[in-house]
Amino acid sequence: MASQPIAELTPAELAQRPIAEIATHLKLNGEDRRLSIEPWTTLLDLLRDKLDLTGTKKGCDHGQCGACTVLIDGVRTNSCLKLAVTLDGREITTIEGLGQPGNLHPLQAAFVEHDAFQCGYCTSGQICSAQGLINEGHAHSRLEVREQMSGNICRCGAYTNIADAVLQVLGQEDRK
Amino acid sequence: MIRFDYFRADNVADAIRAGTPNHAAFLAGGTNLIDLMKENVARPLELIDINRLPLRQVTELDGGGLRLGALVTNSETAYDKRIQARYPMLASAILAGASPQLRNAATNGGNINQRTRCYYFYDVDTPCNKRTPGQGCGAIGGFNRNHAVLGTSEHCIATHPSDMCVALAALEARVQVEGPEGERTIAFADYHRLPGDEPWRDTTLRPGEIVTAIDLPPEGFAANYTYLKLRDRRSYAFALVSVAVGLRLEDGRVAQARIAMGGVAHKPWRRAEAEEVLIGREPDDQVFAEVADALLAGAVGQPTNAFKIELGRRAVVRALRQAAAGTPQSQTDKRIR
Repeated sequence: MASQPIAELTPAELAQRPIAEIATHLKLNGEDRRLSIEPWTTLLDLLRDKLDLTGTKKGCDHGQCGACTVLIDGVRTNSCLKLAVTLDGREITTIEGLGQPGNLHPLQAAFVEHDAFQCGYCTSGQICSAQGLINEGHAHSRLEVREQMSGNICRCGAYTNIADAVLQVLGQEDRK
Repeated sequence: MIRFDYFRADNVADAIRAGTPNHAAFLAGGTNLIDLMKENVARPLELIDINRLPLRQVTELDGGGLRLGALVTNSETAYDKRIQARYPMLASAILAGASPQLRNAATNGGNINQRTRCYYFYDVDTPCNKRTPGQGCGAIGGFNRNHAVLGTSEHCIATHPSDMCVALAALEARVQVEGPEGERTIAFADYHRLPGDEPWRDTTLRPGEIVTAIDLPPEGFAANYTYLKLRDRRSYAFALVSVAVGLRLEDGRVAQARIAMGGVAHKPWRRAEAEEVLIGREPDDQVFAEVADALLAGAVGQPTNAFKIELGRRAVVRALRQAAAGTPQSQTDKRIR
């Protein structure tokens, strides 16, 4: 079947044709993971459904809400729009890799301190996005933080407190 | 999403060979294609991952321009010091679009090849001539707030959604492509199409051709430019109307003018006769109004987007004022002055 040109297959044959899983090496939260992945698996689905890292949330699944934001080589990205197989050799950091109970990341502590969430569903994405914002270094004022955090929607409308939390950590970073 | 075969291409020749069949698609940043695949609008049987191709550099061109590699991300482009200094209109337009996360993933080649965000194109349960030729157009007579008022056809009133492309049109960029028959250069004005009788064709790219770079000419209009974007919310929304302006002033008069509009047509909208109105004139609101009339002449609104014609007229006047005064629109402080 593999030798038959794909365009000559019937829809039923197309749906049944064997498709190889792809060997993919990820450095995930500091750990080497050698995985075999179906090509259509998004990074978001891989994290949540295969690797039991459910801190990363599925909101819209279309790149419109930011709940699935993770860091790829330190750069914030929507994990719902990345196929996992395209990330071979890359370093992925999720909320679980930033901090843990008892050892909170400064952004996590600041979000608690400033009450920067209500339902909490967008929070992991907000925090990963804020870490990406800090890494990028383009935001310093409240106006810049608000614009640079605009890829993360909060349905509860905790934006004022989110900006407070991010500005607090940004201030600590700028003083370093 | 349908099941597909996946290939990692290591060089341009392999990518072109694998990507030439019409059931194959190139994958770069994925921000648009993966989304379209989830909605079953795009159904490639083979996905050619081009992320390993050596197209990740911004380089100087002989004669003073810059070459943007197709795989350089939108963020890398917008924050590149050379782009910020010499092509601030392009940096501004990129930062007016999408979100930081999306700009970090989206590539320059992908940006110019993104598809329309027409609701009917995206919804496979409604008719769309762009998605399924001959099916009819749901947007005509439907809900058409983000649709076109210029250059439409009876088959399609979709708009091109890119902000970056509006600036590239004003800068008269050139698109470098490589395909089964070799390399060629496409002027930006010829890259995107009006819908006409073939609304399914967004660009003049041929089967198997891949964008390798976007070249910027030496003139970047860095002193007198703006990118003004009007939308339903201040950030993270597509343009209802946007305007890119680049002016070169000599002794208080306009020596050269470029104006392109987004959100109003199937491609960035330019008209030479509108730009010529400005040449040799002192910039003032009277002249700007003449420019707006020339640029928008013949515009036809639909029931829920006719407002774009007057909005567009006012946006052109305001953008020309900003550019002439050397006070470009900020993409952080969204107040319009």
